Amino acid sequence: MTGFSEGYREPLRKERNSMFNVAVITGISLLAILFRVYVSRFIPYLQYLELPLLVTVYFSLMWRSPIAGLFFGAAIGLAQDSLSHQPLGMFGIVKTLVGYFAASMSLRVDVGNPVLRLFLGFVFFFFHQLLYWVLANALLGETLGFELPQALVVAILNAIVAVFLYQLLDRLKVTG
Amino acid sequence: MEFFLNRYRNLSVLVAAILAQLVLLAYQVKTNGDVRLIRVWAVGAVTPLARVIESGRTSVSHFFSDYFVLLDVRDENKRMKAELDRIKMDNQYLRAELSTADRARSLAIFQTHSPSKTVAAHITGNTTAAGAKVVFIDRGSSSGIEPGMAVITPDGIAGKVTKVFSAAAMVLLVTDGTFAAGVISQNNRVHGTFKGQGYEGTGKIEHVQNEQKVDQGEWFFTSGDDRIFPKGLPVGEVTTVHQGKTEKEIFVSLSGFRNGLEEVLIIIEGVHAPIPNAPVTTQTVHLLAPPPADAGGATPIVQPLQTGPVTTDADRTKEQYRKLGQQEGHVYGERSNGAPNYNTPLKADGKSDAKPDKP
Repeated sequence: MTGFSEGYREPLRKERNSMFNVAVITGISLLAILFRVYVSRFIPYLQYLELPLLVTVYFSLMWRSPIAGLFFGAAIGLAQDSLSHQPLGMFGIVKTLVGYFAASMSLRVDVGNPVLRLFLGFVFFFFHQLLYWVLANALLGETLGFELPQALVVAILNAIVAVFLYQLLDRLKVTG
Repeated sequence: MEFFLNRYRNLSVLVAAILAQLVLLAYQVKTNGDVRLIRVWAVGAVTPLARVIESGRTSVSHFFSDYFVLLDVRDENKRMKAELDRIKMDNQYLRAELSTADRARSLAIFQTHSPSKTVAAHITGNTTAAGAKVVFIDRGSSSGIEPGMAVITPDGIAGKVTKVFSAAAMVLLVTDGTFAAGVISQNNRVHGTFKGQGYEGTGKIEHVQNEQKVDQGEWFFTSGDDRIFPKGLPVGEVTTVHQGKTEKEIFVSLSGFRNGLEEVLIIIEGVHAPIPNAPVTTQTVHLLAPPPADAGGATPIVQPLQTGPVTTDADRTKEQYRKLGQQEGHVYGERSNGAPNYNTPLKADGKSDAKPDKP
């Protein structure tokens, strides 16, 4: 029975794994961070759009490898930390966990389903905000407020953006 | 152990990655230091791209603004042909307004008049932290910028430099919740601490006792106590004052953000200045109202004011001729400009032999 399940799961995972060009991954990650740094300066409302997180979730879901997901999340998170005035590691830890859990989730669900993507986008954004708030209060001693209604609304908005963004990113997959 | 690592490989890597970052975080918090290498890489990767995009945006924006300004000047020239004198004044007025509106120029004017040595910088982007009021500027250590330097605008204080890279620097804005600066009130010389509130336009003055006097509308200036901002820079105007438990609750409207925040000045060498006694005004050029329209183009004849009774000999003579003219039904000596012919002699009975001048 054990042999059957292992023999069944491995080919399925390889079959479903999505491949991306390294330049595409680097470019998209850089653009997501640049968007956070630059565009939000002119349209302040866009600072609520957490593109680095959405990109982390997407690649973690597509790769279906928890280790790849956590390293990608750590890299994006640390880059984001570097461009903030806070100590390095805050976004790094949060996005490491997000990448790991997203990739673990992708082993059990159909990540191409838009409804599921909407749900995952919402859950991971909310998890990201909550965890960041906990870490900032616990590790840095900051007294940040956590407004639940605002966090929920922003999570829904990010999830909606995630659905369309993921459709766009699907086109950049390497085929063949 | 090996079995455990193989069995829980993913989880082991996750724990290792989290632990590594926790150690990194703990090191920074404990030593109050920074892992500069990673920051330099990230800033080096992102800020050049941001600068390219920003310069592109600025070029396009300047192109369109210049185009419309030229259109405006053309219209002005057309009107100058029709109303020469008035349009000359209007044109000067518009030029003055345009040059005053130009932020870069006003910044340069302020720079030359400011006693402190400053360097102008352009804001290129925000930081990634949610809710933080921190921006990147396009000047770094190569321009002599150092952490802790004050950042101002011609209207007031704007923030302070927190981190410096070779061609960029991070500025903590006065609106950030963690920002603080020493301040003093203009009229009552009350010392306090300015704190950012996390949102635009407003800040709070703390550590002012209830017994101390602060009026609504009073201005607060930097006191120089914080050793960052030189004394005498405007901070903001008091909008609300409440009595608190032991300290007053004072809110100020920040003056440094009045005209937006695109260009700033970094104080390289600060010079303390006295707190001004006059009320703070925005830096606009005061101009007189344009002169009234002159329809004919010729110099108008100025009629003397005749407010009181006739007093001089000339006035009395003129009055005699006027009364005589009324009796004889014509006007004596009136020329085109209204001056009487005083050469016609009068008789003793007040009549004259002279024929009236033809108009």
